[in-house]
Amino acid sequence: MKLWLTCLLLLILGGLMVISLGIGAVSISPIKVWQVLAGIESTTLSLSDRTIIWELRLPRTILACLVGCGLGTAGAGYQGLFRNPLADPFVIGASSGSALGATLMIVTGMQVNWLGLSAVPLAALAGSLLSVAIVYMIAVAGRDAPMLSLLLAGVAVSSFIGAVVSLLMFLNDERLVTIFGWLMGSFSGSGWSTLPTIAPLILIGITGLWLLSRPLDALSFGEEAAQGLGLRLSLLRSGVVLFTSIATAASVSAGGVIGFVGLISPHLARLIVGGRHVWVIPVSGLFGGILLVAADDLARTIVAPEELPVGVVTALLGSPFFLFLLKTRRRAWGAIT
Amino acid sequence: MSTLEVRNLGCRYGAREVLRAVSLSIQAGEVLAILGANGAGKTTLLHSLARIRRPSQGTVTIDSQEIWRLKPGDVARQLALMPQSERRDSSLSVTEAVRLGRAPHRGWFLPLTISDETMIEQALTAMSLTELRDRPITELSGGEWRRVILARAIVQQAEILILDEPVSGMDLRFQIEVMKTIRSLASGNGMAAVLTLHDLNLAAIYADRIALLAHGELMALGIPAEIFTPEKIQAAFGISVLVLQHPHFKTPLIVPSS
Repeated sequence: MKLWLTCLLLLILGGLMVISLGIGAVSISPIKVWQVLAGIESTTLSLSDRTIIWELRLPRTILACLVGCGLGTAGAGYQGLFRNPLADPFVIGASSGSALGATLMIVTGMQVNWLGLSAVPLAALAGSLLSVAIVYMIAVAGRDAPMLSLLLAGVAVSSFIGAVVSLLMFLNDERLVTIFGWLMGSFSGSGWSTLPTIAPLILIGITGLWLLSRPLDALSFGEEAAQGLGLRLSLLRSGVVLFTSIATAASVSAGGVIGFVGLISPHLARLIVGGRHVWVIPVSGLFGGILLVAADDLARTIVAPEELPVGVVTALLGSPFFLFLLKTRRRAWGAIT
Repeated sequence: MSTLEVRNLGCRYGAREVLRAVSLSIQAGEVLAILGANGAGKTTLLHSLARIRRPSQGTVTIDSQEIWRLKPGDVARQLALMPQSERRDSSLSVTEAVRLGRAPHRGWFLPLTISDETMIEQALTAMSLTELRDRPITELSGGEWRRVILARAIVQQAEILILDEPVSGMDLRFQIEVMKTIRSLASGNGMAAVLTLHDLNLAAIYADRIALLAHGELMALGIPAEIFTPEKIQAAFGISVLVLQHPHFKTPLIVPSS
């Protein structure tokens, strides 16, 4: 049953991605999309159709899918680690670090290009990993980083970095729109160049978290019980933080700070596949992919030819949906809080 | 069969000494109840036995091996822990929760074998959980959940059970059900069980020996008839009691006298 549901989600995601290739400022029929993807020559296909699909929409859709998968999986990882349904991929400072990195690049106008990433995504990736590393080092006591310390250090470091970002924005008001645009998340202008760097990082994060499924299941009984089963808590914590940070940092670097996908996807996954992380983690990824591809479709069609920031769409749709889940699933959630 | 031995154990929380010079051992097939007033050091002692809290002095050994020299997985193969209030933070099914008991033997990444699955089935049957096998653990009653934890301990194939207040918050029926299960695991399966309890009468009925803790020290250790005297209970709990004889079990029956 779970396998069938997972396959169904895969089909929905695949279908949605094909639809995404046809919609936008220029509408392209599904038949033409199919012809371009399959390499079928046709007189009805124009060069611009091919260019739009191959060079603009396909890399963008793949990236949205990957980022959604990364955020969904990372959300499942942190909700499992912190045993808290409100945890999201940004809970220990990944978003604030990336925001600082990106803001610094935007205000200084620095030009760098490395591994196919330009200055802003590169700085966002580095900033995200660096801020999580700082949080982890602050929280660590002996050879372990207790969960409460991680959460509190995450909140404190995020607040501090957030204040620095606000200060930079205040001092550079001529760049406000660019900074806000990045902070609210967007896949506009995404090309093939970022994929070879971002895709492996997200896949490493997802695979690493999936391998930690059973230890995360054991942790759901509480720390003492998990230790009683022979689990090394310190190893599990560092493993989850490491893989989640890699997936989150790569996702944020590619799409900016996109909220709600990482929060909602694990809840949707648990609704249909239960509580085992071996299912929850990949299915959260699939839901994340579906949600973000759909949100990106809306972001570039609602006010076409202009675009909305995709983070605004996920928040606008995600908040009411999360509240709906909260109202309808309150009894079930009561057990996990 | 594994023997758990505690020698001269001491534990501190910062400057505060919570356990002093505790020595005891437990053999296969035996149920040892640790009793004492709140703050006497019962849970700290259990955590030291289960390799969760490192003692400030003394040793805990399983078959003469110091547990802090063993890997956590090695300890988990010999000793299963049932914490005071084990959480249910995910909606795993009963079977999925019991399956995790095989982790100390199969590791965290390898799939379970047919013999593992057979063992899980047997444990579900032994704990009368077959009808509940697919039910999410979040929907179980307190007594059913304790049975799931005991089933997990069975598939863990540990020879020593450490149980922190296994019947707390349960109605009388479930208390007796859980205590009978622990008793039968010790008598029938040859497991050794160390548990903390607040109910002296349950301890008198189901435990072979009693360890009475007071202010972090082992005040008395022996069979229930030796331990349950008005003087010792007065010293450990600060209350006056009468010790009668249980009309059915012929064990000490403790009732307040004032």
